[in-house]
Amino acid sequence: MTILLFGITKDIVGSSTLSVPTSSVTGRKIPKTVKELKQFLGETYPELNKLSSLAVAVNNAYAEDSETINSYDEIALIPPVSGG
Amino acid sequence: MNSRYIRQTSLRDFGENGQAKLFKAKVLVVGLGGLGLPVLQYLNAMGVGTLGLMDQDVVEMHNLQRQVLYTEKDLGKLKLEVVHNKLTAQNSQTTFKTHDTFLTKENALKVIEKYDLVVDATDNFPTRYLINDACVILNKPFVYGALHGFEGHISVFNYNNGPTYRCLYPEMPNAEEIPNCNENGVLGVIPGIMGTLQALEAVKVLTGVGEVLSGKLMVYNGLNQFVSKISFKTIPENKKITRLQDFYEPVECDVIPSIGVNAFQTLRQSKEKYTLIDVRTTEEFDQSHLNEAINVPLDNLDNFERQISTDKEVYIICQSGKRSELALKHLQTAYPNLTFYHILGGMNKMMTVCP
Repeated sequence: MTILLFGITKDIVGSSTLSVPTSSVTGRKIPKTVKELKQFLGETYPELNKLSSLAVAVNNAYAEDSETINSYDEIALIPPVSGG
Repeated sequence: MNSRYIRQTSLRDFGENGQAKLFKAKVLVVGLGGLGLPVLQYLNAMGVGTLGLMDQDVVEMHNLQRQVLYTEKDLGKLKLEVVHNKLTAQNSQTTFKTHDTFLTKENALKVIEKYDLVVDATDNFPTRYLINDACVILNKPFVYGALHGFEGHISVFNYNNGPTYRCLYPEMPNAEEIPNCNENGVLGVIPGIMGTLQALEAVKVLTGVGEVLSGKLMVYNGLNQFVSKISFKTIPENKKITRLQDFYEPVECDVIPSIGVNAFQTLRQSKEKYTLIDVRTTEEFDQSHLNEAINVPLDNLDNFERQISTDKEVYIICQSGKRSELALKHLQTAYPNLTFYHILGGMNKMMTVCP
């Protein structure tokens, strides 16, 4: 699944999109919920764990941690931004 | 109404009725920077009756790339005065209320209660959360706009039963996790685009024309002209705020040793020996700095030890006083035997005492 990155998450990852495998050959757990996705990404990009508020959108709607995600979902990480 | 507004009053969906609503409206714009200026220029041109202006900064060279109302002649002047003069020339029928202050938890409720709508055109999280909480307490809608690099976010919060800023971002990020414009940069035209969209939302809220961007966060990516709209819901407990928090700036257990610009200027003119560290980026430092300052950028504080003789008092300066405070905390921990002070208001304030 492809994840769109906004604000500081784009800077942390160094790209505006990120691909998360939907099947694993290495045995690594594949994220099935928003919460698992955050944990999955946090392992690769520990800087993401430091964000105190990070909105995750699934199919253009704000998603709670418990929401399930599928390979065809459109997912975006939208942290708060502060410039003005 | 006069013919001044005929191009919009002739719109069937706006009409004399829409114009009359604008004329009766009172709008507070917090922040006279990249977002606030286009908001004000359009609301003033379109005939909003009362506009509140709030800021305490002076115009600086690095503002001009995106804050297009200001000219080189305005450098060093108070933004509040410059904006007031220019907007009065633009529309003499508008009533202006000038607030020569930043928004604080002490003044927020008293100021905001006099307006129908607030436009959040600030550049920092503490003020954004303060605006949110004050607007929820007073039941006022506010038009939110924020920037990051090539990207802009807008929404209308607390509109009728709609969600608030905290429904999207419950917890305020701390000072270190997300950079502000000073550190991160913003492409000049992006605040112009987002501020203009904020002005449009303000007009819609005030007149009832169209569909207000409530319950949706619009994210604009200038690099590919891609717009996403994320819907989100009201979390009832966020509408139940009844008092402001005790602290919006991060809570400090220790008092941070600081000095005001007047006292520091007196020190500069005396024969006292001291060390001055400027923790802004090399680019900012190259543009202007105090003669005696040594540049040690915040992300490079480890270089500090090699650059200074350690028997003097060390003063720390940045642009506005935020980075110098961070630097002080790091340095004081690393060098407990030295005496550090940070300069309140930074170069912004220094420029008002030593032109």
